[in-house]
Amino acid sequence: MKLIREFERESERQYTRGNIKGFLHVYNGEEAIAVGAINTLRPDDYIVTHYRDHGQALARGMTSNEVMAELMGKATGCSRGKGGSMHLFSSDLNFMGGYAIVGGQLCIAAGIALAVQYRGDDQVVLCFFGDGAVNEGEFHEAMNLAAIWNLPVIFFCEHNLYGMGASSKETLVMWDSLHEMAAAYGMSRYEVDGNDILEVQALMQKINAEVRSGKGPAFVVARTYRLRGHSVADPADYRPEDEVDYWAGQDPIPRFRGWLTDEGIATVEDFEEIDASVEEEIVVAAEFGESSPWPESASLYDDVYTDRPTEGIPA
Amino acid sequence: MGEDIGAYGGAYAVTRGFLDEFGPERIMDTPISESVIVGAGVGSALAGLRPIVELMTINFSLVAIDQIVNHAAKLRYMSDGQFSVPLVIRTVTGGGGQLAATHSQSFENWYASVPGLKVAVPATPYDALGLFRAAMKDDNPILFAEHSLLYGMRGEVPDEWYEIPFGQADIKRKGNDVTIVAYSRMTHVALQAAAMLEEKGRQAEVIDLRTLRPWDKETVLESVRKTNRVVVVEETWKTGGFSGEIASTIQEEAFDDLDGPVARVGGLDVPAPYNGTLEAAAIPNSERIIKALSDNYGI
Repeated sequence: MKLIREFERESERQYTRGNIKGFLHVYNGEEAIAVGAINTLRPDDYIVTHYRDHGQALARGMTSNEVMAELMGKATGCSRGKGGSMHLFSSDLNFMGGYAIVGGQLCIAAGIALAVQYRGDDQVVLCFFGDGAVNEGEFHEAMNLAAIWNLPVIFFCEHNLYGMGASSKETLVMWDSLHEMAAAYGMSRYEVDGNDILEVQALMQKINAEVRSGKGPAFVVARTYRLRGHSVADPADYRPEDEVDYWAGQDPIPRFRGWLTDEGIATVEDFEEIDASVEEEIVVAAEFGESSPWPESASLYDDVYTDRPTEGIPA
Repeated sequence: MGEDIGAYGGAYAVTRGFLDEFGPERIMDTPISESVIVGAGVGSALAGLRPIVELMTINFSLVAIDQIVNHAAKLRYMSDGQFSVPLVIRTVTGGGGQLAATHSQSFENWYASVPGLKVAVPATPYDALGLFRAAMKDDNPILFAEHSLLYGMRGEVPDEWYEIPFGQADIKRKGNDVTIVAYSRMTHVALQAAAMLEEKGRQAEVIDLRTLRPWDKETVLESVRKTNRVVVVEETWKTGGFSGEIASTIQEEAFDDLDGPVARVGGLDVPAPYNGTLEAAAIPNSERIIKALSDNYGI
């Protein structure tokens, strides 16, 4: 969690310096979800997520170097600069993408689960999305198909109370009992404190076993909060101060560290060691990104198609 | 997978018998949910399958256009080649069946603008089979647009295996006096126009593009250099139609070979009306092709 938090803080700094362009959506505050959930997966399980994807990518095992370089658009980035912040991919890790079209990834996740089922395999597909995405028509289509075809997909909603700047209290009629929406699909449904890493982990272990055993899809709503705005461009003035303060007090990292301390599992020295190691990793990643080369201009036409352009397409 | 492809046998009977032959594991009837039909097709392709999905008509593809254009077409590029989308999207295009405005459109030209997609528009059984075999083997996402009024057409296909590559047009009729470029059902309208021209002593060369992305520029240019006169015929609305892309390319690359401006005949800029006479007036016919050639080239 600490690595993700510091990575995101560094990426905001890099963005302000002009080394990262476009949109940058940082994950500060939601780390318990990415780490808690992904820790429970097998290496051959699949992950699909939204555009706020650095946390899931790092939790899954993508390196700080390759992600930072991708954010900077460098040739050493995980997509050699072709994807950017919102589109992180790793075929080795079955990390099937960050997606920038809100809600679209649920349909893709259903398809990946369909492939698993078709093969008679037992992987699960873990699909992240926000409460804003619940309002897209594709949410309904994917939930209904998964339910009726009994697909092994876990629809995991990071319920941070906002779409971009719109409060879900004003745009999503079921915002306060969101997990109950799955009742409309006859689907197993769960609600969890998304800032409690152990709760998230325990719940996901239970759900994974159920889904893997062929019980069908599941819907999870994890209550959480963005400690930062929607993106770096967003100061998030639209959020009430008392709400922001409350959730700052629910920060998953100090909460977990507090628990570890109380349980006698870790000490201040342990945390300092972790912090130092994380800081070093981030420094290295920033330097790696900054010193990496730009992609060659010829790579512009790479991978538009699997074959090189054929007749009629400008080469 | 698609709507009514299994138990119903397919809205246009294309998949009749498939459920019995291949079983429900492979022939999957979906809810009426175009976004997830394509989206799940994309997802299962990412995970290593080679799915074929059907969108009942290209009119309904608009519900899924986000998945087609933003996902199917771009995931290989954005992942730097880590993932591919070997997905065939079969759909039905075209009007003329008095199905009115929202059921009579032809959007294959829109999809032909999108890098990452390939688009097929066969006009004959032979071409449809050859192109479909190529489509199934292709690792790229393909929109395969079959014309609704051509399903009744019969044609010979060889017993031996054959395939037709994308980007290879077919000269359906050779001639030296004028080039008519067309695709899908308009190929047959072009051939009617060629028959009429023959009575006037003119030999038309009819080129059936067969695919719009990629499209066979060289065959078209070679023909124009020979005939010096060309008309491009297309069913969809003339404004923004792919005929504009073709005409523009011809005048860019064969300007000195032209005896006059490239002629274009397209659908009239109206929504398709229900009434049969009104509808037919909006769709290109051989008379309009003849007139366009007379206007531009005096023949």
